[in-house]
Amino acid sequence: MWDFPLFPSQASTNAPRLDALMLFEVGVLIFFSLLIGVLVVGFGIRFRRGNAVDRSNPPTHSQSMEVVWIVIPMILSILMYAWSTQLFFDLYEAPADAAQVDVVGKQWMWYLQHPQGRSETNELHVPLGRPVKLNMTSQDVIHSFFIPAFRIKQDVLPGRYTSLWFQPSKVGVYDLFCTEYCGTNHSNMIGKVYVMEPADYEAWLSEKGVGPSQAEEGERLFVQHHCAGCHRGSQTVHAPKLEGVYGKPVPIQDGKDVRFVTADDRYIRDSILLPQGEVVAGYEPIMPSFKDQINEPDLLKIIAYIKSIANRETSQ
Amino acid sequence: MSAGPNATEPNPHDHIPAAASNFLTRYVFSTDHKVIGVQFLFSSLFFFAVGGLMAMVIRWQLAWPWKPVPILSQWLWSSPGLGGQMPPEFYNKLFTMHATIMIFFVIIPLLTGAFGNFLIPLMIGARDMAFPKLNMFSYWIMWPGFVLITLSFFVEGGAAEAGWTSYPPLATAARSTPGSLNGQTYWLLALLCAGISSLTGSINYITTIVMLRSPGMKMFRMPMTVWALFITALLQAFALPVLTSALLMQTLDRLAGTNFFTPVGGAVANAPAAVGGGAPLLWQHLFWFYSHPAVYIMILPGMGIASDVISTFSRKPLFGYKPMVIAMGAIAGLGFIVWGHHMFQSGMNPALGATFMLSTMMIALPSAIKVFNWIGTMWGGRIQYTSAMLNAMAFVSMFIIGGLSGIFMAATPVDIHIHDTYFIVGHIHYVLFGGSTFAVFAGIYYWFPKLFGRMMSERLGLIHFFLTFLFFNGTFFFMHIVGWHGHMRRIADPTVYEFLRTPGVVGMNQFMTICAFGLGASQLIFAWNFFYSLVAGPVAGPNPWKANSLEWATASPPPYYNFETLPRVYHPPYEFSVPGGEDDFLPQTTPLPDNITLDPVMA
Ligand code: HEC
Ligand SMILES: [Cu+2]
Ligand SMILES: [Cu+2]
Repeated sequence: MWDFPLFPSQASTNAPRLDALMLFEVGVLIFFSLLIGVLVVGFGIRFRRGNAVDRSNPPTHSQSMEVVWIVIPMILSILMYAWSTQLFFDLYEAPADAAQVDVVGKQWMWYLQHPQGRSETNELHVPLGRPVKLNMTSQDVIHSFFIPAFRIKQDVLPGRYTSLWFQPSKVGVYDLFCTEYCGTNHSNMIGKVYVMEPADYEAWLSEKGVGPSQAEEGERLFVQHHCAGCHRGSQTVHAPKLEGVYGKPVPIQDGKDVRFVTADDRYIRDSILLPQGEVVAGYEPIMPSFKDQINEPDLLKIIAYIKSIANRETSQ
Repeated sequence: MSAGPNATEPNPHDHIPAAASNFLTRYVFSTDHKVIGVQFLFSSLFFFAVGGLMAMVIRWQLAWPWKPVPILSQWLWSSPGLGGQMPPEFYNKLFTMHATIMIFFVIIPLLTGAFGNFLIPLMIGARDMAFPKLNMFSYWIMWPGFVLITLSFFVEGGAAEAGWTSYPPLATAARSTPGSLNGQTYWLLALLCAGISSLTGSINYITTIVMLRSPGMKMFRMPMTVWALFITALLQAFALPVLTSALLMQTLDRLAGTNFFTPVGGAVANAPAAVGGGAPLLWQHLFWFYSHPAVYIMILPGMGIASDVISTFSRKPLFGYKPMVIAMGAIAGLGFIVWGHHMFQSGMNPALGATFMLSTMMIALPSAIKVFNWIGTMWGGRIQYTSAMLNAMAFVSMFIIGGLSGIFMAATPVDIHIHDTYFIVGHIHYVLFGGSTFAVFAGIYYWFPKLFGRMMSERLGLIHFFLTFLFFNGTFFFMHIVGWHGHMRRIADPTVYEFLRTPGVVGMNQFMTICAFGLGASQLIFAWNFFYSLVAGPVAGPNPWKANSLEWATASPPPYYNFETLPRVYHPPYEFSVPGGEDDFLPQTTPLPDNITLDPVMA
């Protein structure tokens, strides 16, 4: 029956650290379950009615005992808490040099987009030993991106961007699953992750010729959807320049007040789909909504473009 | 109607109300808490069978995927084109409805509706609930729920299939699954009914316990079962309004075009994009704000029952009565600030996640108090192996496994790996079957004589217990292992995953399924025992277990007015084996012998 390893294979730097914590918890579980089990059965047998044993000293309450069985679990909990928190924070903060891959989930497939321009469905190619950050969103319902061998999982939500990072540590092909139940064919929303030697990865990227990068694609869409007509300095329309906007605080008119919102992916997306939601202070709400016209992958490309001009000077 | 808690003299205003005049008001639309309790008991046991059968079909698909289900497949999914295979939609409906029914129509109504109604007035020495009409309402409002949930299978698209958690947009977008077309609306309305039932019930319990305790019944003289039901009622009263509003919001999203849970530009299955502006995560927060406390709503009464049963059959005072009460209060209090542990993967800030992790881990402390105090109760007792006692002992040892496997989910990084896998399914069943259900069995075996005036067969009870215990572990233990290995939950087709096709996993899945069938079959013994004893069991007499609490001080079954004169209470209900006493028990209505000093924690 045991012809499979208890743990899925470990293929990321994160996996062994997580397994260590998990094994520790298994130890705690087994210890206490056995302790309680043995006590219940042992007392049950020893103190059964009619069995002549010494029953003289059992107390009906005892403060010191209550303290003991509070303090021991408390120490263990705090230990596990500290251990978990540290791992959790590490898992959350991607290294600055991580390559970003955009991911869009939809019923029932994954669409992945590399910054250099190559895109793929239900397959993800990544280089060995380099941190990769996934920037994820969903086109319809909630999905969840799960690679057991990397011990990572992150919900993928519509209307929001969530992220996830990992550093593959072993060349190979690994399973990729959607774990958030997402409708009829949820179980078929699967894929493969290919961890490749960096050189192989470079070769794979340029296999189909060096196409336009994601930001370049985004710029093309920016023009195609007439964003440029307003946003690149127009004589007739008063619209903000988008150079240098990404990542900075933007003043938003909120009734009579002005509040600041950081221009992140979510903000850019909502600005395109629901421009009336957050109007930049000093501008008229004349931008049309592009809801129903631009799909999630294209939105990600436009965002990539706006991000790429984050450091460009505004010529105002 | 009855004496206030502070009255020391028999209350001159106390009188026995007139009996219900006809069959209808006595047994159907009755305001008698005992009749209502029995009504809850029967309807929940019926739905227990329904939900259990659904589980069997789910297990079939996991063990022998796409093999036609024997007998059932012919009339459950008729399309001959499928060759008897279960369509994935149907599988999705099954796990959705199995969980919904078991949680909202079985465990909660059994523990709070059946036991709460029957026991609270009897155990505190009252003639009835504080609001008997409201009580009747709390049962009959379940019926629209029963009807709606049953009807939902027959509407276009069939029953809801968004999971019992019903996360939007899957649940709100009409085209996301067939069940979201209409079934989801029925689901929402059915849950609303169940929620209103619990809410009105809880208000009744709180008022009754605060106002109608018989003379001498101080709060710290109440049996643990009453304490547990009291704290549970508080949980319900504070958590349910949140669920109710969430359900209403989702109903509005579905029917009135609001956008509480729809993101900007949200669109599912090529439907036109919604304006949106809401947040799918909002639902998760609201839902879990109720549904985590709901876990305690489903376990606390079990803890109360186990405490009473273990003390009675150990013939020993409950170990550390006050710490037990405080621990229960602490569990309930902490229960309100841990809901985020269901959402660690939703993209929350790690600072928030760490906070939820801390509060979740703290729950281990009061739980440890409880478990060790039960064991302390058995220590040095004179243990009687009744069916009730064995089930209560199983409750203790299975609850600890379910509780401890909870720390895997509390520790965020580990949760990241096991979230949404069979590990979680194993965990919840150790808590809700290993915990709550064993407690329910313990309670039924224990109070059956009081409920119906007849004894159940102990021999059949023991057989039922051992088989259930065995098959329970066989069914749910291996879920932890396959889950750890990466076996996801809620997958209609386990064959698409390579690693699930290995003989090891397939073998385990088949083993679990066979055990599940065994588990189901064992319940037939219980059903037989229950119904046979109902008509032909030996007559019980008022106090067959020689227990102390007030319900044993009146006839079995109790008359509609419960007590001829309201009983006077002299001490807590756990005075077993008091030294110098003649019997090894001392009913709460009997004063303590003079030479006895009660220990300070108990008094
Ligand atoms: C009709 C002219 C017009 C068009 C076309 C237009 N916009 Fe805008 N846009 C505006 C105006 C005016 C504002 C400022 C008021 C507001 O926030 O709604 C704005 C605001 C924005 C902002 C927020 C800028 C900031 O400084 O915070 C972003 C991002 C944006 N637009 C992106 C786009 C994209 C992408 C497109 C094409 C898909 C587009 N816009 C098309 C007029 C336009
Ligand atoms: Cu999915
Ligand atoms: Cu919870």
